Amino acid sequence: MKAISSWGRLNALPHQLIKLADPDQVTDVIRQQKPGVAFGNGRSYGDVCLNPDGVLWHTGGLDRLIQFDGQTGRLVCGAGVLLRDIQRVMVPQGWILPVTPGTQLITVGGAIANDVHGKNHHVLGSFGDHVRRIRLIRTDGQVIECSQQQQADWFAATVGGMGLTGVIVEADIQLRQITGPWLETETLPYENLDDFFKLADDSEAGWEHTVSWIDCLSDKGRGLFMRANPTDVGLPAEPKGRKLAMPLVPPVSLVNPLSLKPFNTLYYNLKKSKAGRSISHYEGFSYPLDNIMEWNRMYGPKGFFQYQSVVPREVGLAAVQATLGEIAKSGQGSFLAVLKTFGDRQPVGMMSFPQPGVTLALDFPNNGTKTLKLFERMDAIVREAGGRIYPAKDARMPRDLFEQGYPRLNDFLTFRDPGISSGLSRRLMGS
Amino acid sequence: MAEQCARLWVQGNAVDLTLVGRSAGRIEPIASDLRVRSPQSEIHVVEAEFLQPATIQATVDSIAAVGPVDVVLIAHGSLPEQTDCQNDLVACHDALVVNGVSPVLFAEAFAQHMAQAGSGTLVLIGSVAGDRGRKSNYVYGSAKGLVTRYAQGLQHRFAGTGVKVVLVKPGPTDTPMTAHLKSGGAKLAPVADVAQQIVDAIGRGQAVAYVPGKWRVIMMVIRHLPAFVFNKLNI
Repeated sequence: MKAISSWGRLNALPHQLIKLADPDQVTDVIRQQKPGVAFGNGRSYGDVCLNPDGVLWHTGGLDRLIQFDGQTGRLVCGAGVLLRDIQRVMVPQGWILPVTPGTQLITVGGAIANDVHGKNHHVLGSFGDHVRRIRLIRTDGQVIECSQQQQADWFAATVGGMGLTGVIVEADIQLRQITGPWLETETLPYENLDDFFKLADDSEAGWEHTVSWIDCLSDKGRGLFMRANPTDVGLPAEPKGRKLAMPLVPPVSLVNPLSLKPFNTLYYNLKKSKAGRSISHYEGFSYPLDNIMEWNRMYGPKGFFQYQSVVPREVGLAAVQATLGEIAKSGQGSFLAVLKTFGDRQPVGMMSFPQPGVTLALDFPNNGTKTLKLFERMDAIVREAGGRIYPAKDARMPRDLFEQGYPRLNDFLTFRDPGISSGLSRRLMGS
Repeated sequence: MAEQCARLWVQGNAVDLTLVGRSAGRIEPIASDLRVRSPQSEIHVVEAEFLQPATIQATVDSIAAVGPVDVVLIAHGSLPEQTDCQNDLVACHDALVVNGVSPVLFAEAFAQHMAQAGSGTLVLIGSVAGDRGRKSNYVYGSAKGLVTRYAQGLQHRFAGTGVKVVLVKPGPTDTPMTAHLKSGGAKLAPVADVAQQIVDAIGRGQAVAYVPGKWRVIMMVIRHLPAFVFNKLNI
């Protein structure tokens, strides 16, 4: 047994980690060593990738690129391939993953199982929108090839299915043609939430990537709105992959009430002074934290939570305002706070997180009961607004809120693999 | 390990690479992966038997016949259970041949061609286990010890010529060979990092490369421990 943590580092409980080293072995391993759940790169924040005191099937060995068609841009690859590896191989060949989240250090299997989204959701949807086929192996040995046309119900259950419908071993993904790795970017400071929504509305038509950093301690909701489009114009040199690392776990969280307010003020004013247009490499713009290895350590030994919710657009302003009010009152929070509007499109998966509306993602150092109490007040806002919480980030949402937020849950449960169980599935689905 | 090195070699380069393995079914997926990574590269697959001297000679001759070989990486091996080797001489024999004799025969066959060409880099994967016999894996360790002495001799033979011999000594690494150790909670170095260090060492033509580098220090201590201390250690 080995102590395994997810990205939030809230605990390190014993797991039996079994490496799926070869696609041919997957069936035998998962038939014999169960119940378990697939584990990719461990970058989800809570317990969706964990199975305390049980088995994890580590997909790191399923990391081969299987086939690429340079005419159509279709890539077939193993579920354990990191999105970064796809980008680094394909971008020089003129192709890119259409949708990636804020880190590229996640596996293809994890991207499908959590139906991840990125800054371009309003244009290109979520990761599952670009998956053309999935090969799923069940713990009874059944192999299911599914797509939006073939076994479409299995496809809809597996995209965003939190790894609970079977082990994803292979996927066929439609890449997108690009002229280069560069983005034309623009940073616009905003003073309040009204301005944010105005910027978001104005940018949706003309800008492919939109996202904003929000100062979660400011009562009005000031922040920085960032938008970007691919461009042919480049800089002479690609950035050197200079990596920093958080060398140790500090005894207390570096993010605390003493540090947060000055940091946010400094960051806001620094970026405000440099606002405007520029050219960025896609890695720097899309994955700013990937260059700081193990940044999650900065929250200290007790780890941190991420709280990401989405609420319908009509009540978005009020809900975000109320949430910021609760956070400001509690004095907790972090400078990692992201506000973004989702596009008006239905997700592919039954359990996919994105829905039309506005999503707010916030990190919180784990301060025990105090933090959990704040979440209860934030839950009440989400519940009343008819929103939902993102399971990939979650370690604590109440079951009723999960059931309310995901109305297709009962449909989904019929596709579950009885040999698969995770911390999250036991917490929110009872088994 | 060799697969990860190959990924680094094809990254951004057009190379001519031949993969040699015992089963085409197992090496073809690796070849496909490398072709996706580097469409400009030529990736060939050769299925061969790994234990008979005559077939090893024929395999190597056929590869060398296509053209001069710049770099050879000999990386095959299997990690046996020490107790199996103690209880069953067949397991013991197989472990010695697969990890010791076979890599040496491949190297010797390539050495003939490189000697003729007067250039090339021959890379052997030894192991930290070959530095000092330990009760927990001395059969595997003695096979790797053979590779170590052999590489030393080859370096002596080719000193002052255009042929370089690199001996890589990895510590425990996260590869298919050690998958059964991982579930037991063993601490293994990430194979991509180890491969990067191997590729760098090959680029420099380094005679002996411990990967990760910390093993140079650890093994220096282990090698020099007096027997009365060493024999008390449960390693």
